[in-house]
Amino acid sequence: QSTLVVAEHNNDTLIPITLNTITAATKLGGEVTCLIAGTNCAKVAEQLSKVKGVHKILVAQNDAFKGALPEELTPLILATQKQFNFTHICAGASAFGKNLLPRVAAKLDVAPISDIIEIKSQDTFVRTIYAGNALSTVKCNESVKILTVRGTSFEPAEVEGGSATSEEVSPSSPVGVSVWLEQSLSKSDRPDLASAKVVVSGGRGLKSGDNFKLLYDLADKLNAAVGASRAAVDAGYVPNDMQVGQTGKIVAPELYIAVGISGAIQHLAGMKDSKTIVAINKDPEAPIFQVADYGLIADLFKAVPELTAALK
Amino acid sequence: MSSRVLVGVKRVIDYAVKIRVKPDRSGVVTDGVKHSMNPFCEIAVEEAVKLREKKLIKEVVVVSCGPQQVMETIRTALAMGADRGIHVEVTGKEYETLGPLQVSKIMAALAKKEEAKLVILGKQAIDDDCNQTGQMTAALLDWPQGTFASEVTIDGDKIKIVREIDGGLETIQINMPAVVTADLRLNTPRYATLPNIMKAKKKKIANVKPADLGVDLTSRIETVSVDDPPQRLAGVKVETVDDLVAKLKEAGNI
Repeated sequence: QSTLVVAEHNNDTLIPITLNTITAATKLGGEVTCLIAGTNCAKVAEQLSKVKGVHKILVAQNDAFKGALPEELTPLILATQKQFNFTHICAGASAFGKNLLPRVAAKLDVAPISDIIEIKSQDTFVRTIYAGNALSTVKCNESVKILTVRGTSFEPAEVEGGSATSEEVSPSSPVGVSVWLEQSLSKSDRPDLASAKVVVSGGRGLKSGDNFKLLYDLADKLNAAVGASRAAVDAGYVPNDMQVGQTGKIVAPELYIAVGISGAIQHLAGMKDSKTIVAINKDPEAPIFQVADYGLIADLFKAVPELTAALK
Repeated sequence: MSSRVLVGVKRVIDYAVKIRVKPDRSGVVTDGVKHSMNPFCEIAVEEAVKLREKKLIKEVVVVSCGPQQVMETIRTALAMGADRGIHVEVTGKEYETLGPLQVSKIMAALAKKEEAKLVILGKQAIDDDCNQTGQMTAALLDWPQGTFASEVTIDGDKIKIVREIDGGLETIQINMPAVVTADLRLNTPRYATLPNIMKAKKKKIANVKPADLGVDLTSRIETVSVDDPPQRLAGVKVETVDDLVAKLKEAGNI
């Protein structure tokens, strides 16, 4: 019984979902090994060595790992698996993990299990289907279980108190069929959507991208991240990386404020695990009110500035 | 360049239908429920048809795996402009356990048989929400993958892909042949017009059995149960912004 966690990082810091994945890995029982592949990962290895629950760290460095291309990382993971014979291979259910692990799984002729929210036993897992409208419990009879883990369903592992050993593994030779060119991350002083304590989200009710300024002003008062419904993304008001929902990000903050969002099932799937939900919508029939702890039936163009002012 | 693109389409319960879990917890009710093409697959078909209209590829072949009913889904893709279809017939028990791994084996086998230069799929299906088939098809073919694509530019034997990632976008360049999976913002799928629906009726759909492709459909994943998610109870309505602020303060939220 042993689990490999493929760490997600940017060569400088560990991406938080890796910590949630480590918690899931420790629940499987057995030793937890983390693989860090990158171009220059000494700093990340240092951080990871202190994370509680991690026994061993494998570090593979090569220029070919720039941009974490799945074509380059897959042979490395396969070689690592061949050497250590893990019973489970996990990564976070982020763009990184979702892109990479199915590729690894197919190479091993294994059906992976995406986006697990609960571990029932070493081979039985719960995941959501139909945008969170049903829970599916599946038993995996593969020799190696390959899982991506929903970050909001597992607490992050403690970042202090661990003492993992570290060893270098030799990177596989570059495959060279893909090149990473550039990244444009939305620059924001606000907290990250996936891990923010407070999230303010807007829907089609905002009527334009410019009107999202109302939400940014409110978010600044609450030190909140700003999200959006798929409808608002489809309408072109805001970029897709702000999308909260089954096809976007899954969030579970302490406080979620839904503004001008009707509450389509696909949106609810992305936020209904939030601790407290506030809905502001002028349509009293909007389904969002069925999940909201506090519902305010009001014109958002009046209510939001009032709320922002009240928080001064 | 004249080449062929293979597009996979999945028949799923229509996105607007509220699904119901079966009382015996074996799955969700599908009988008598409206089905449509998976929305991400529509985006994949649209992208392929656009590439052919720009003369960057020659032929769009659309594939669907399942019982007779998936012919409808193939016809919809043909009405959107795909050139011909392949119906991979999977029925009964095998259809019930058909998962992304088996479908990728079928797609990979067909990509070889059809000598496709490109496979375009939706990034995920809205029924099982797996988000795996494209990545696994690429792996089985040993082709590069451009997943969650919001922009695809073919340049000779290479494709530049802008991808949706957490926190923004990234751009990669991959060699052809390749597998691309479509994200939301790649395009807006067209509606099939009546003349095109009529034309689609004359387009050819080949029938293929998985065994003809040498694909074994054994699944090692068992569904133990399907359940309703825990329901969240609706809270209270507040009358004014001041009431809301008071409630949130009281609850310690702000």
